[in-house]
Parts: sequence; C-alpha cells; structure tokens
Amino acid sequence: MFAGPIQELVDELGRLPGVGPRSAQRIAFYVLEADRDSALRLAQAIVEVKDRIRLCERCFNVAETELCTICSDPRRDRTIICVVEDPRDIVAVERTREFHGTYHVLGGALSPIDGVGPEQLRVRPLLVRLGVEGVAEVILCTNPNLEGEATAMYLARLLLPIGVKVTRIASGLPVGGDLEYADELTLGRALEGRREVNG
Amino acid sequence: MATYHDEGVVLRTIRLGETDRIVTFATPEHGKVRAVAKGIRKTKSRLSGRLEPLTHVNMMCWRGRELDVVSQVEVVEHFKAIRGDLERLHVAMTMLEVVDQVALERHAMKAMFQMLVGALRTLEDRLSPALLGSFLWKLLVLEGVGPSLDQCVGCGSDSELVAFDPGEGGFLCRTCRRGQSVGTETVILIRQVLSGGLRAALDQPPSRATAESERLAMLAAEYHLDRRLRSAHRGAEISTVAWQGWSTTIGLDAVPADQVPDAEAAPSAGLTPGVGPVPAAGGGSPPLAS
Repeated sequence: MFAGPIQELVDELGRLPGVGPRSAQRIAFYVLEADRDSALRLAQAIVEVKDRIRLCERCFNVAETELCTICSDPRRDRTIICVVEDPRDIVAVERTREFHGTYHVLGGALSPIDGVGPEQLRVRPLLVRLGVEGVAEVILCTNPNLEGEATAMYLARLLLPIGVKVTRIASGLPVGGDLEYADELTLGRALEGRREVNG
Repeated sequence: MATYHDEGVVLRTIRLGETDRIVTFATPEHGKVRAVAKGIRKTKSRLSGRLEPLTHVNMMCWRGRELDVVSQVEVVEHFKAIRGDLERLHVAMTMLEVVDQVALERHAMKAMFQMLVGALRTLEDRLSPALLGSFLWKLLVLEGVGPSLDQCVGCGSDSELVAFDPGEGGFLCRTCRRGQSVGTETVILIRQVLSGGLRAALDQPPSRATAESERLAMLAAEYHLDRRLRSAHRGAEISTVAWQGWSTTIGLDAVPADQVPDAEAAPSAGLTPGVGPVPAAGGGSPPLAS
C-alpha cells in the first residue's frame, strides 16, 4: 500500500501487542515525520534492550549484568524471597517500598488447560536457592486468580516439608474501594484475613 | 444493542489487551458464551472476583456480533473448597475443559449445565473417587456416544465383558477382546453410574474400579473429542506432586547434589530424590486411588 520501507515499518509495528493496523500506520508516519535523531534514538533503544538486557542468574529478573540490581544490592535481605510470576510484578511490589528482601521470577503460573506445568516454571532454581542462600521465608506473591492460587498451593506443598516459612500475600479490598461493590470472594477473604486493631 | 440474562459457569478466561479478558461461560439457555469483560484486570474492577474460572454466576450480557460484552454479574456459588485443594481443582478443571470442548455456542444445553453444576456441588462437598469418571461417562451418554455395556459390541454375546475399545463404542467379551483390558468390578461400577445408581457409586471408597473407570472415561472422551485433555494430564502432575515423587516431576534429580537443600538440616524434609515428602498438614484430602 505504501512505499516499501514505510509498509515494512507499518507491518512490524502492527505485530506489537495492542497496536492495530490504524495505530501502526499512525506511529509509522509519526516516525517518518520526526527528526532523524529522535527516530534513531528509538531504533537504538530497541537494539540496546535486545543486546544488553538478560535475565538475572539468581532471580530471573531482567538485568544488565549477571545479577540484577536487587540481587547485587548488599542492603537487601537475602533471607526472604518473594516469588512472583513476572518481572513486571517485581516493579509493582517495589513501588510499595514495603519489601526489602529478594525476588524469584517463576516465568508464569501453572495452567493445566494451557499446558503449563511445573517444568515450564523456574521451580527447580528456587529450590536450589533455598539450599544455598539460607532462606528463612518464602512469600508466595503470585496473582490472586485461579492459576496464581494453584501455583501458590503447589509451591507451598513443595516448600513446607523443607522447613522454610511459607507465606501468601493477603487478598482483600482495594484502598479507596467500596464495600457495596466488592465481590463475595474478595470480601470473604478480607474478613478471613482481618487483623486486630491496636488502639 | 440487545441484552440477555442467563446463568453461567465460567469455564476459562483469556487476556485481551491491557485490562480486559474474554470469558467463556457454559450457560443453560445460550450454550457456550464468549464475552468480553472490560477492565476486569484492574484492581478496582467490580467483575474481577466474580469472573474467575469455576464460578457459578447470574449474568447479563450485551449481545455482540462475535463476542458479547459482560454487563453485570452476580455470584451464585464460588466453590471455595475446590479452589483451596489441588486434587479437587484438578478434577474441576478437567470437567470445565471437557464442557468447553463439547458445548456449542448459542445452542441451549440445560442438561449439560445442570450436570456440570451438580458435579461441582458434589466436588465442593467431597472428593469422591468415582466423580470424574462418572461425570465423563454421563457426558458421553448425553452427547450420544455413551459406551455399550449390556453386551459385547463385537459379537453381541452376553458373556463377561473384559475389554474396552472406544473406537468400537463399548466393551468386548473375551473372544472379541481388544483395546484396554477391564476388571469386572469396573464394568459393574460404570453400569451403576449409567443406570440410576450414581449416588451409591459416588459413595464408593477409592478402588481399582474407580481409578479404571476414570481412566477409561478419559480415554473415551479423548477419542471422541479427538484431542488430549490437557487439564487431566498436566493437572494430575501438579496435584499428585506430593504423593508421587515430586523431585522427578520438576527434575530435581538433575540438580548437583551439593546444591540440593540439605536433608539433614531439615529433618522433616524427606528430600531424597525420588521419595515424596510427607504432605503438609491440612494440605488437602487423600489422593485418588492410582
């Protein structure tokens, strides 16, 4: 439809998640009309992310070196591991500024219907870490949906016999939410996980 | 845009875009329904906790050309006990997968829906060793591909049935036997399930017959669906981890010995490769007979 290179760019952009043909066309023309430097910066950023980013050898977070910034930070508490499904979940937990331990990225959640079993997840490296890092507590921070809960139950069953403390993140009402509109399962869990108020 | 109301059981959900999901329901009046739940992945979504797989709901949807749009949802049952137990979850997910495969969009399926909800209620109550097998056999009958159990499908004789071949459509006598060999007790159990004795069958303790009935029902279902039931196989791996040597499931044998957590440091661990650890206290009900 367009001259070769533009059509190529439209096609490539159209492959990106959430980008349809119209958006791809709009972005392609934005790039065409932008000054050369900003277009090259975008191209360079894409090349760099592919060349320089790899997975942390310890926790499988995204990293520039062998270890990610969290694993190489001596101030982090190595005795607590927070198990998450995806590197993006680390960013979410880090934003809370409540957690000072280390992470372990599973790379997904158990989903039998989609053919994801334990061997597709990084469970074995987690067990190895428990042995060599003197871990006292594992926080199961998988998503509170069916797959995430099944993964947490599976991991708890593996980890508890080892003698390590295993905890699961709490589920409940979002701050600023409204009880009236809360679903029964969430509200039920919020009640189950209630805590005593100390004056 | 027209709206409609129906009951439904959420069979599965898949991500759509940034915050949406496509939810697949089994409904009695509208058959299999695929509808978009907008914004469901946002923390404050009113729908998120209500449209997890394995939830029985009353719902209202907008009719769309290809996909409908979920408008309102009210939970009827959450099946909380099933969600909290890997063994039961495995059975439930297999049932949901089979219904997802069998159900047709926009074709009423009252009987199948009732059967699914009934089976899930039973499972919520207790894990009966005969449940999954019974559910699959009854579903096959409902779909018109139930097994022939009265006489040999090969020669029509009334002699003892000793084998099962899904391709032949049922059980075979000693002379015609091919396919899977079958115990007499198993044939009796399946007859009981399909001739009004379901309640008694569900009360049976784990036995070779309950395990064999489940295995053969799975074989028959996979034969007629012409596909592998992934929940059944993968789910079994996951739910039996504590009983069948978890180290082999996740390949711990391949970890260098010096990197495996020290079994002596944790005496209760039972970490010898190939030996299943003791299930955690309160970690679920006993395993299905295998």
